[in-house]
Amino acid sequence: MSHFEQTNDPHHPDAAPGDEPPVVGHEATEQIGSYLIGLGLATLLTIVSFFIARTTLVWQPSIPVALAVLAIAQMGVHLVFFIHITTGPDNVNNVMALAFGVLIVLLVITGSLWIMSHMNQNMMPMDQIMQMQR
Amino acid sequence: MSAFDAAAPYPAGLEREHPQHAAEHAASELMTKRIIVGYGFWVFLLSDIIMFSTFFATYAVLVDATAGGPSGQDLFDLRNTAIETACLLLSSFTCGVASIGAQTNRGSWFYGAMTVTFILGAAFIALEVQEFAGLVAQGAGPTRSAFLSAFFTLVGCHGLHVSAGLLWLLTMMAQVFAKGYRADILRRMLCFSLFWHALDIIWVALFTTVYLMGVAP
Repeated sequence: MSHFEQTNDPHHPDAAPGDEPPVVGHEATEQIGSYLIGLGLATLLTIVSFFIARTTLVWQPSIPVALAVLAIAQMGVHLVFFIHITTGPDNVNNVMALAFGVLIVLLVITGSLWIMSHMNQNMMPMDQIMQMQR
Repeated sequence: MSAFDAAAPYPAGLEREHPQHAAEHAASELMTKRIIVGYGFWVFLLSDIIMFSTFFATYAVLVDATAGGPSGQDLFDLRNTAIETACLLLSSFTCGVASIGAQTNRGSWFYGAMTVTFILGAAFIALEVQEFAGLVAQGAGPTRSAFLSAFFTLVGCHGLHVSAGLLWLLTMMAQVFAKGYRADILRRMLCFSLFWHALDIIWVALFTTVYLMGVAP
């Protein structure tokens, strides 16, 4: 509960996810700026992703890694500029929930891929299995 | 929602001192409720993303199990995917504009942006249905191979989420029209915009792992 002391306003210790951080005297036209920045960055990252996927200019084995990095960057852009997740003390709970979600997602995906690739490597070739079933 | 509204915001016995603080307290309670509702919905969205991660894991494991049938390289049309991506990204932006409009009681912003969001979302769904119908017509339906089963499950599940989001969008417009920019309606609008932005985040992961990595050499 240490973040309770850090906030200036004791009435609003936390921010709802999706709510913009309160700015004194902010106008709707200023609020839209965050969405515009997000839209611009996301468009840029998307265009680069689509370009990289089909280009022959870069070393081919690097393409999946580059695509993954671009996708993670774009998800970060969406989280920051559209869902307004910040590193501020009012966002600690939102970030903790997000971090736990990301942990589970990583465990599920890498765990599945890791286990299944090992099982594939250790599996008898399909023609031998068919032989045994006769 | 009604049971939640009726619940006492403070433990019994905790008295409010001065009547002049009552309005301040009421505003603070509404803010607290908005935070609680938003946080609860955020946790739901994260669990929904975890559910999607199992579909992503299934797809990644089965992507090479084509059973002699067509692979992603033969089937995917990146032009279609690019248009779908543009629709969903722009709709995420207009959804943000709509939530600003709702927060600041600007009807033209809210209704205009929500209508554009609906049109873009419906265009996305139409393109996806067209793509699925084309795949089934050329004999690449979900029964063809494990790869295609996983593909239809993952992409179809996202499509179902977008369809549900479109229904929710219309409901939100009707509720704002009928009840105005009330605090409880604005809380639902917060949840809707979170849902819509989360769908776009899932689509980023989806078009990268399924379509772009599927056609990459």
